[in-house]
Amino acid sequence: MNTQLSLGEFHRFAAAHEDFLYLAPSAAVFRLDGAASAVITELERGPLPGEELVRRLAAQFPAEELAETIAELRRVRAIATPAPAATSGRPAIPKVPLTTLVLNVTNQCNLSCTYCYEYGEDKIVNTENGRQPKFMSEQTARESVDFLLDASAGIALPHLTFFGGETLLNFPVVQSTVAYARRRAAELGKDIDFSLTTNATLLRPEVIEFLVDNRIGVTISMDGPRELQDRFRVFANGAGSYDTVIPKIRELLRRHTSRPIGARVTLTSQTLDIRKIYRHLHDEIGFWEVGFAPVTTSPGREYAISGDGFDSMLGQFRDLAADFLEAALANRHHGFSNVKDTIEEIHKGMSKAYPCGAGLGLLGVATDGDLGLCHRFAGSDAHKLGDVRNGIDSLVQIGLLEKHHIDHKTDCRECWARPLCAGGCYHEAHTRYGDTSHANLHYCEWIRGWTATCLEIYGEIAVKNPEYLQQFA
Amino acid sequence: MKHLKPINSKARKIAPPDDVVALSQGPAPQSGPHIPLGCTFIFSPGWETDSSGGTAGLCTPVERDLFDCHNGCFWPAQVPDQLNHAPDWTGKCASAQKDWRKIDLIFP
Repeated sequence: MNTQLSLGEFHRFAAAHEDFLYLAPSAAVFRLDGAASAVITELERGPLPGEELVRRLAAQFPAEELAETIAELRRVRAIATPAPAATSGRPAIPKVPLTTLVLNVTNQCNLSCTYCYEYGEDKIVNTENGRQPKFMSEQTARESVDFLLDASAGIALPHLTFFGGETLLNFPVVQSTVAYARRRAAELGKDIDFSLTTNATLLRPEVIEFLVDNRIGVTISMDGPRELQDRFRVFANGAGSYDTVIPKIRELLRRHTSRPIGARVTLTSQTLDIRKIYRHLHDEIGFWEVGFAPVTTSPGREYAISGDGFDSMLGQFRDLAADFLEAALANRHHGFSNVKDTIEEIHKGMSKAYPCGAGLGLLGVATDGDLGLCHRFAGSDAHKLGDVRNGIDSLVQIGLLEKHHIDHKTDCRECWARPLCAGGCYHEAHTRYGDTSHANLHYCEWIRGWTATCLEIYGEIAVKNPEYLQQFA
Repeated sequence: MKHLKPINSKARKIAPPDDVVALSQGPAPQSGPHIPLGCTFIFSPGWETDSSGGTAGLCTPVERDLFDCHNGCFWPAQVPDQLNHAPDWTGKCASAQKDWRKIDLIFP
């Protein structure tokens, strides 16, 4: 009983007048009662021998209750136990079947968005005059389907995502590939799910018809109302794309009602007005969900978000998240998908060894059939993991996974948000630091701030409307 | 558990069921030698060698010791005082495994 007690690793937060712990690295969330709160508060002043701790709190709680509380806190590792920490013997990376394949059916685009990672100043692959074909052939697309169906053995519903460039510039191949994939999947007694990302400029009536008929999930890349959309999302002649896409999007939303359609917004230092963007895209246009992500750039770009910009973004995210909470407590839908996604991860207790599924359950395919870490790296020789004809080069894959494991990110070692962040996007890291395995140190404060906000919302929902969380179980 | 209420599914996995007495007794008493408190109970095999006498096969890289000395505990004799004297000592070392050569000597 008289061992020296010190705090384990966690983030403590309050929600709905209750006291919670989010533990790292287990990602468990516990609500504390009065005794547990008092013990944690006392230990926050510094490590103490167990007897001393009990003596200090004796006036408030019986010794027996305190001993019981300490034992429980030690069991979940909210209090560090003086057992040797196992630093060796990390289990081998399990073989993960492929669940999602992203086909870059073209690397061409009819827009010239200034911040584009594929064409802009920070591009990785020479998309204009490189060795890759500008359009994926029907043959390569079919080989990709065969590869996915083979590599996803055991997965009930593999996902095929069409991506670009502007995906719909190669609509004929999208069409024939969907038909082929359905046929092949049926032959194998499987189902297959399709989705597609587009800038909406080419959503002609027959395209919309095809998307509806085939129940293809659609994500629209769009930045908000006219003045924000037209700031960066422009045609080659500099003209804005807002007036071109809006009638097409309205038609798509009117016709395509079998699946929720989301907007995906790229935030820049010059278009950082989250509530305005959300109100326009969700309330006025009618998107089911709106997801926001800061633009990926190297640091010096004029549109890059940095320092103050991250603070402002966090403040605005918090504002909109408060609306989300209000809706969740009343069992109403709210389309701010960034919160919903994070709350789902918190509820499931995800503790990530990798920031995302890239190179693990998800791969990108370049127009020539080369497999990349994800769609953002498709076509890059330095990030190639094989090709659809010969499959995954497992030596390269194992090397990549070894290198990117959270255990190798020294910077993340003492961060409580690592179960959810795991160092952040590989592409962002590559663009910022020239190294996919580098932790994204430029947004640590923002990630911790945002995770803390989502935890508070989660705690609030858990106390006031726990039924809401059952959808994530 | 009486004082902690598991909220998410991970917490429910960690928390033992209330009616199982054996599982709710807490960690087993320590057997074997007394292990002093402080940094020494974190076993980090940095300075050892692998079975071939080299360092390539160690489960953690040798550079990790350096970080154990200044992140995990207070060991002023071995590393510069990052709180007061040399706050930027590891400024160029974003990842110890790759960048440890960038950690320079500090002269008082």
